[in-house]
Amino acid sequence: MSDAHPSAGTGQPDTVSSIAARRMRLLGLISKEILQIKRDPSSLAIAFVLPIVLLLLFGYGVSLDARNLGIAFVVEQPDADTASLLGAFRQSRLFEPREYQDIQTAERAFAARDVFAIVWLRSDFARRLRGQGDAPIGVIVNGVDANQARIGTGYIQGVWRNWLAGWLRERGIDGSPPAVLEPRIWFNAAVRSRDFLVPGLIAILMTLIGALLTSMVVAREWERGTMEALLVTPIRIPELMLGKLAPYFALGMGSMLLCVGVGVGLFDIPLRGSVLVLLATSALFMLVALGMGLLISIIAKNQYVAGQMAIITTFLPAFILSGFIFAIGSMPAPIQWISHVVPARYFVAILQTLFLAGDVWRIILFNSAALLLMMVLLLGRARGAFKKRLD
Amino acid sequence: MDVVARILSLALKELLALLRDTKSRLILIGPPILQLFVFGYGATFDLNRVPIAVYNEDRSAPARELVARVVGSANFRLIREIGHDGEIAPLIENRRVLAVLHLGPHFSQQLLHGEPAPVQLLIDGRNSNTALILLGYVREITTAFGADWRSARGEAPPPAVLKVHALYNQDLRSQWFIVPGIIGVLTLVVTTIVTALSVARERELGTFDQLLVTPMTPAEILLGKALPSVLIGLVEGGFILLATLFWFEVPLRGELGALLLGMLLFVFSAVGIGLMISSLATTQQQGILGAFLFLVPAVILSGFATPIQNMPEAVQHLTLINPLRWFLVVARGVLLEGDGYASLANAYWPMALIALISSLVAAWMFRHRMA
Repeated sequence: MSDAHPSAGTGQPDTVSSIAARRMRLLGLISKEILQIKRDPSSLAIAFVLPIVLLLLFGYGVSLDARNLGIAFVVEQPDADTASLLGAFRQSRLFEPREYQDIQTAERAFAARDVFAIVWLRSDFARRLRGQGDAPIGVIVNGVDANQARIGTGYIQGVWRNWLAGWLRERGIDGSPPAVLEPRIWFNAAVRSRDFLVPGLIAILMTLIGALLTSMVVAREWERGTMEALLVTPIRIPELMLGKLAPYFALGMGSMLLCVGVGVGLFDIPLRGSVLVLLATSALFMLVALGMGLLISIIAKNQYVAGQMAIITTFLPAFILSGFIFAIGSMPAPIQWISHVVPARYFVAILQTLFLAGDVWRIILFNSAALLLMMVLLLGRARGAFKKRLD
Repeated sequence: MDVVARILSLALKELLALLRDTKSRLILIGPPILQLFVFGYGATFDLNRVPIAVYNEDRSAPARELVARVVGSANFRLIREIGHDGEIAPLIENRRVLAVLHLGPHFSQQLLHGEPAPVQLLIDGRNSNTALILLGYVREITTAFGADWRSARGEAPPPAVLKVHALYNQDLRSQWFIVPGIIGVLTLVVTTIVTALSVARERELGTFDQLLVTPMTPAEILLGKALPSVLIGLVEGGFILLATLFWFEVPLRGELGALLLGMLLFVFSAVGIGLMISSLATTQQQGILGAFLFLVPAVILSGFATPIQNMPEAVQHLTLINPLRWFLVVARGVLLEGDGYASLANAYWPMALIALISSLVAAWMFRHRMA
């Protein structure tokens, strides 16, 4: 760097030698950054171990599809009809029905959370079933987890409908309901929640890696004063930013590819869009995440605050406000506005569409434009903050 | 006596260090409060006014009646009535609507002739959970429509009907489920980070060595570090609990004392784990990374948003060492299900055990690392 003129940072016309010097400076900075990553392997752990561990835990561990629902099946007067209804629940692999003689013991099991629901056939069930009709099947569900309660109730209704149709058919009665709902679920016909959770999870992991990694690394340099030392060298601010970001960009993209590989290879998530679009949008998002991290480090000035800020501004907002698991359209309007400043929101929309639906250009372009805007704002703001810290 | 004074003065110094400058103070107070409100309202599985489109090829009264019932529900918002098939795909693909309700031209004819009249519902399955819930709502409406149609024409009711009743949360409001979870999540995040960084920061700045040459024993230092975190965790958790009860109006059906005991044990276990991370980390970066490696799975595998019983057996076993999992049992149990001390014993002792083991490991690591 000795050949660079001290005033190169003030923006005089480039000469051939200063371009070469600039390249050298940049390469020098990048190789220093790579050395640093090698020396403290915790950055490599953030980039590669964390995503894989989380993706595996998530892919296998997180599902919203109700399964193994314990049901207390109370039959006050067993006969052939109650047995066939119980059989219908047994056949469905979603339930684990257990028989009880009376409602009191079933309620005790329910209160102890041994079962999710009670299905209660009173002593007059068979008589009313064969007589006037309208025989009530009491269903009590645990409503604490409202979502599971709703889905579980839906499954119970499904069993009841099928059983009733079969019961009527056996007796030669036309009992088909007047209006029959014929649902067709697009993009995810099997309604596997994993298929929509894993693409969203990748977006969350990329937010974490990009923002957390850079914010900590750069905050450390501020804290130790090595950043100031760099700033008095002839290096220019964009060069400095590029040099800092390039290695972490590469780390982040590597980790992205790994995640996609695990998602498609291990979890059988379909990838219906094009790989090229996936790469381009991921690179864009990576830059946004890195920009966030850079800005956090400059605002925080020390690692302690930077680390807390990174965790607070990345993980939970990306988890809750990105549409990863909770549908944005159902949130109250003010919360929907707030969700617009969460970058993960746009990337989740892109990934869910790319994986499950394909190249839907309207969605891809709109969300990419939003990400592009965020990138420009974040990096521009970071650059301005660098300048200010210099004064 | 001397020991107590030493520990207390270290704890006081720690607390002052945490609250000294505006930025550190703000980060402890601002984000959790903001997040409580944003997440309390945002994290919902309910469908409120989600956009749908209707493609009704049959202009007769029964078809209009069914459409009116769907569109009139507070769960849906009609944004477009469409006139031909080709409009369906772009609406769903571009996420303009979540579903399209389609009635064919012969809907009412089939209905009148007693043939099963199909009601087509095309749903965007990209979020499979929303798709299932939406399907459930529409199914409820069509079933009720069918029953009313029959009884209006004097036909016999179906031989058996379901009478569903939800206990503990009658209206199935997901806010009642999520907000008690947020008490745990935010308390855990703040407490763990504060503790995990407390020692790592001093180590990196070199002030930890100065502490070591004082007459304090490692156990005393550890206690002095733990106390402020416990205090912060309890204040944070207590505040969020107040907001849960008085702002979000989640009912308190069980014993408040049982919930507070659970919170105390939960904060102890979070501090214990934070200290363990702190004792392993030599730099703040490692401290943050450690906190992260613990927090993310702890939140995800706690039952906060997705049920534990859906996880595979092995992962379910893993959740047993997660203090958040147990605190959520206590919080939801006391608030919604009316639990007291006795029925929660099974959730108390795992948290106590986690707190004990993690602090012992932390103490051992400290002594070991200093030797």
